[in-house]
Amino acid sequence: MTNDKGDPVKKLGDSLMKKLLEYGEIELEDVTIDVEELEIGILPTLRRVLPKVKPTELAKVEFTPPKMEFVGKVIEVKLGAVAGDSGTRDRSHVIGGETVPAFYTFKDPMPHPPVMAMDVFDMKISLPRAVKSHFKDVMEDPPEWAKRCVEKYGAEMINLHLISTDPSIKNTSPQDAAKLVEEVLQAAKVPLCVGGSGDPVKDVEVFEKVAEAGEGERLLINSVNLDMDLERATKPIKEHGHVAIAFTQMDLGKARELNRRLYYYLPKDQIIMDTNCAGIGYGLEYGFTIAERARLAALMGDQELQHPIVSGASNAWAAREAWLEMDPSWGPRELRGPLWETMTALSMLLAGADYLMMLHPTSMSATKEIVGYLLGSGTGKKIPDWTSAKLGG
Amino acid sequence: MPWKAISPIKVYGLLPKTNCKECGVENCMAFAVGLVNMETRLEKCPPLLEEKYRKNYLELKKMLSPPVKEVEFGNSSRKITLGGEFVMYRHELTYVNPTKIALDVDDEMGEAELMKRIKFVEGLSYNYIGAELKLDALAIRSVSNDPLKFKKAVKFVADNTDLPLILCSLNPRVLEAGLSTLEGNRPLLYAATKENWKGMAELSSTYKCPLAVFSPNDLGGLMSLTKTLLDYGVSDLVLDPGTFAGEGLSSTSNAVTMIRWKACNDGDKLSGFPLIGTPITAWLRAGGNGQSKAWYEAITAAMLIDKYADMLIMHSLEGWTLLPNIILRFNIYTDPRKPVSVKPGLRVIGNPGETSPVMLTSNFALTYYLVSGDIEAGKVDCYLLVADSDGISLESAVAGRKLTAKSVAEALKESGVEGMVKHRTLVIPGKAARLSGEIEDATGWKVMVGPMDSSEIPKFIQERWKSKI
Repeated sequence: MTNDKGDPVKKLGDSLMKKLLEYGEIELEDVTIDVEELEIGILPTLRRVLPKVKPTELAKVEFTPPKMEFVGKVIEVKLGAVAGDSGTRDRSHVIGGETVPAFYTFKDPMPHPPVMAMDVFDMKISLPRAVKSHFKDVMEDPPEWAKRCVEKYGAEMINLHLISTDPSIKNTSPQDAAKLVEEVLQAAKVPLCVGGSGDPVKDVEVFEKVAEAGEGERLLINSVNLDMDLERATKPIKEHGHVAIAFTQMDLGKARELNRRLYYYLPKDQIIMDTNCAGIGYGLEYGFTIAERARLAALMGDQELQHPIVSGASNAWAAREAWLEMDPSWGPRELRGPLWETMTALSMLLAGADYLMMLHPTSMSATKEIVGYLLGSGTGKKIPDWTSAKLGG
Repeated sequence: MPWKAISPIKVYGLLPKTNCKECGVENCMAFAVGLVNMETRLEKCPPLLEEKYRKNYLELKKMLSPPVKEVEFGNSSRKITLGGEFVMYRHELTYVNPTKIALDVDDEMGEAELMKRIKFVEGLSYNYIGAELKLDALAIRSVSNDPLKFKKAVKFVADNTDLPLILCSLNPRVLEAGLSTLEGNRPLLYAATKENWKGMAELSSTYKCPLAVFSPNDLGGLMSLTKTLLDYGVSDLVLDPGTFAGEGLSSTSNAVTMIRWKACNDGDKLSGFPLIGTPITAWLRAGGNGQSKAWYEAITAAMLIDKYADMLIMHSLEGWTLLPNIILRFNIYTDPRKPVSVKPGLRVIGNPGETSPVMLTSNFALTYYLVSGDIEAGKVDCYLLVADSDGISLESAVAGRKLTAKSVAEALKESGVEGMVKHRTLVIPGKAARLSGEIEDATGWKVMVGPMDSSEIPKFIQERWKSKI
């Protein structure tokens, strides 16, 4: 039967309904309706007239978790090597191994919690005041700085950034940079991540010496990218058993391309990737989504993206609102900044990050605490009736 | 991913094809493209709303209707739309209606306290790359559980603001007292539970207000309530699976994830409603001072903004907790189809003359918007040279050799700015200071190193540029 207005049966139905509305009831006599089935469209006006049976009991509906199928798995990568293995670290971490998006614990548990690492620089640099207040006295002593991060603040790894090797900054030699790496390895016994200055030529030279100095420690090398001579850059990483961060900027196509090229030189479990993180208010929308897309693609079977993800949550401080003295109504920057970094870190974790680089001690400990809650049993205690609670503040 | 785009041709077929431009675009095909990209609405096409196109309109409406229902509340002057989402992950299309944030007041507060909180919510505003970021609503809680007191508080609030309201009490009698004093107002009612659902359903039907459904840590209960309320005839629902600000956060995270997944990817009707989160529960944590409670509240809000919440109720009046959240919300609800970079080249800002400054920035979209926004706000007439930094931020571009003296020299030459000003001084960003020597060598221009943050450009130009030229 069609809904065509000219349809005689429909017309009949409509007029019957109108009558019904008018008189409450009508009686049909001597009527033969010769169709296979009769549909009478109930007019909207009528719907209101007919009494609706209101439920008196609560319906019983089961909630079934959604069926979701992910075919891919993120590769597991080990960072750091302990004594008895090949190195001298007091622990090592495994990251990756996920089979579902981050914190989908209703489906699968997270195989390894994300690693929280703190940033240390090889020279005194300008840092936000809220950060500086914790490290002021050690900013010219990177080994001490690293030690403080671990012993006082509980960093699980250290990211040593060799920015002074930049030819336009101090042009520190690869030998001197490697020497500092040795000192930091002595001072802080957690696994170490070593970063260059960003100069694609000089970094390769620096990594050669650093990889040699860190022989056996399974360092994380930050980072190799498409502007480098990849054959040369990866050689020392492979030779001395380290792990590379494959860095690309907000471009999944390039992330794939870089990984593809790296597969010529490195085993897959020696590659993790940084798709570039940006802080709240300064590009988070890109950094969050590129990481989320990378992880979903990996889980859906894209083998070129099945690597753990590292995120520089400390980039949060690039947003002016994180560090600027603002109108007092926006509160003290000593609180605003660490919260900024914590929320950036949390967002990146939800997108899929496995390894976080962080700057402020409070941000790191707060993020660790949230991860604990997110990986918790999933059964919250009873929520008291907040609508009637007396709240402070 | 499960989201499948609708073909614009299919939509076009049902449009009136008048090419009347009343919707604001060139023709019906362009309007169809806008519709499938969720950039415009059917109601913007006047001919389509005529009676003769009613069937087409309804068909299009169904075709384009979001899996997460749109629920509205508010009053004639201010309305809030919750939900209306199509996708689970923002990159699949875009998110549509940003998470609304309400702060609370309660019926034990004196008038001065109520006024303070009303003014705070109304007044909070932050200008971020040209957008005014604000709070959206007030939640009135009944701490007294006394209908008269609640009614008085609701009346006072409604008399003093036109902010959309959420009336919060698990006691239907209390809510009704509040509702009875609101005219021409359609607040959101919070909330129906397993215990009070009948009374709440009656209120929601009688006053035609949307209703929140609260079933913490019990998704079966939430769905049972939802089904029952729909059967009752209450169809504007907002779901609250319980917000645990701390221990139990995984329960909240898992609940919102599963509900939104089922709505967007499995077409589950009972899950297809907006989600409401209550970071305010952080204030019920045992121990800790106000500052630490505000902190937990902020983090819980952030998680819920990242993960699908359409509405949040918060308590803290702290700028340091609200600012990152309203900017995070802006970021997450930005259309992800927006490119990362802007076109390199010369931009003319204000009315520059031949002695006006020439300033350099990168073509990372955010850097560009922030810098040009600061310059415009400071009313600085100048030429802004946007160099091609491969769409990455200035700091990274300098470190990674994406922005070099050579590329700056080329951009400067191509821009033709040399013919527009009679000086030869380029202001470069503070974060590119280390390139200053090289840029001088490569361009033959003098380099002036500007501030580290673009917010200081107006002051910098006023103090340094005028005296120099």
